[in-house]
Amino acid sequence: MKYKVNEKGYYGDFGGAYIPEMLYPNVEELRQNYLKIIDDAGFQKEFHQLLKDYVGRPSPLYLAKRYSERYGANIFLKREDLNHTGAHKINNTIGQILLAEKLGKKRIIAETGAGQHGVATATVCALRNLECVIYMGEVDIERQAPNVARMKMLGAKVVPASSGSKTLKDATNEAMRDWINNPVDTHYIIGSVVGPHPYPDMVAIFQSIISEETKKQLLEQTGSDQPDYVLACVGGGSNAMGMFYHFMDDENVKLIAVEAAGKGVSSGFSAATTFLGKEGVLHGSRSILMQTEDGQVVEPHSVSAGLDYPGIGPQHAHLFKTGRGQYVSITDEESLDAGLLLTQLEGIIPAIESAHALAYLEKMEFKGGENVVICLSGRGDKDLDTYIKYFNL
Amino acid sequence: MNRIKQLFQEKKNILSIYYTAGYPNTGDTIQIAEALEKSGADMLEIGFPYSDPVADGPVIQASSKQALDQGMTLNLLFEQLKDLRKKVTIPVLLMGYVNPVLQFGVENFCKACAEVGVDGCIVPDLPMVEYEEFYKGCFEEHNLSNVFLITPQTAEERIHKIDGLTNGFIYLLSSSATTGKNLEVGDTTETYFSRIKNMNLKNPTMIGFGISDKQTFDKACAYANGAIIGTAFVKAIEHGNIEESVSAFMKKFKS
Repeated sequence: MKYKVNEKGYYGDFGGAYIPEMLYPNVEELRQNYLKIIDDAGFQKEFHQLLKDYVGRPSPLYLAKRYSERYGANIFLKREDLNHTGAHKINNTIGQILLAEKLGKKRIIAETGAGQHGVATATVCALRNLECVIYMGEVDIERQAPNVARMKMLGAKVVPASSGSKTLKDATNEAMRDWINNPVDTHYIIGSVVGPHPYPDMVAIFQSIISEETKKQLLEQTGSDQPDYVLACVGGGSNAMGMFYHFMDDENVKLIAVEAAGKGVSSGFSAATTFLGKEGVLHGSRSILMQTEDGQVVEPHSVSAGLDYPGIGPQHAHLFKTGRGQYVSITDEESLDAGLLLTQLEGIIPAIESAHALAYLEKMEFKGGENVVICLSGRGDKDLDTYIKYFNL
Repeated sequence: MNRIKQLFQEKKNILSIYYTAGYPNTGDTIQIAEALEKSGADMLEIGFPYSDPVADGPVIQASSKQALDQGMTLNLLFEQLKDLRKKVTIPVLLMGYVNPVLQFGVENFCKACAEVGVDGCIVPDLPMVEYEEFYKGCFEEHNLSNVFLITPQTAEERIHKIDGLTNGFIYLLSSSATTGKNLEVGDTTETYFSRIKNMNLKNPTMIGFGISDKQTFDKACAYANGAIIGTAFVKAIEHGNIEESVSAFMKKFKS
């Protein structure tokens, strides 16, 4: 378990809890209780029951035939796009809402970029009858109108973040401010493997269901639970961490994390954090982030709102620095082309986030017969506008 | 002796003012410091701006953004403070978030502070454990006080630990909130302030967050060695002539 969190809340040089004192009691309450609550048999039973009956798990591991022929390897797609609400995000929100109930919290807050995590949070709040406030950048509210409407239908209050660059990182700042001002009755459901310890670990644990199922499914379908490659896209990195989790200690399995290069790594419009970033502190943990020499956070760019984040989770920073994971990047155009290709070869319209992982197949060379698992983290319905514009459909 | 220690030995009802470096104009940093000392401020907290200041409310965040957009950096701040001690005699602390300090380099940061005559720092998102392990030696070597925050939710044991780690003063947040809210001294706040007062901490205390006028300042002074004003001051210098705005603002507290 050398890639997991240590008792101080660190992954090698990364992690920790860099938070103002106002947040200390909230985060400390979580830190002291999260493992106890998650490990409880009653919690596990309820969590897995909801994942099965409400989310629709296990999600299929699908051997994509025509895709495999094209690349000369066995390409398996882990179908997180088939989950309720259309992405992997719900795995985490189900886990955290149950945990919030155990902690006696009455009010839920969350940040969202594209709105996927906001919808997943509003969904579980409706399910469990808890008050829900979602912070979303003003810019994102404009470009993701359908998700804003979904959140409102689900009973959530959507609060525009109008500070800074008015996107995901500012929505995260606003959510943290809300938590500072409401320290007792509120739980903050962070949507990715970022934030102060224990969030990166907690979210990774809830998302690890992805690789847990994949291992079983691979064993059934191929006779071995060890693929040659595992690929996933990385913004903050929650689907990738869920996909890598149970493979991290299998050192013969190559882990490939695909970041968003945006208009090109050197274009000034990119979200390729490991290429462009340096070590530092963002949103409560020490990790790698895009920043100026003066330590100011730089605004990222990606065509995919879910990858449009200036940092990566601390565990990813650790996998990157130790070389356990290979971190690569794919441009906006490459991802959109890959999205169309999957649609035409397999009849699946992927989220543009997930299409980044698919696009990397074009750059890999296979001897033939390798087993490759790609996390298809979400479906592309939310991205139709972008696809329509790009392909003139 | 460190100027902060000396101030607390000599004075009660200390009035400390926070402002953002490079706001409203990049070149205003020193002029504001001089004007504040002239009109009776006892201590200064100069904020070095950060793009993502989670502990701050909208007013201070907006001032930080404006300062950054106008080109403020930590390097430039130390440049501006080069002749600080020729112009200002009261204690000066720098306040800001940990990431710019990390990029500047902790060692370089402490050295630069000492060189220009800064007496202490407040870095709200620098955790106590990290400070103890990686920063304390360097801070002490350069005779810098590191100030920690406590809130109504901070446990007693933790307060004692903070008291042992710091050597300037303890920053008492009047409520668990971001900056810019009003101080409402009700029963719970009063109980909290009295509880801290009765703990007989070795460090003096300053109450901050929500102090905006003479009335709230006096209330705070009943429980602590003084109080810190930030948001109300930053608002007051937004427009107009710096010296006039500073002097008009400070008059409210000296009557």
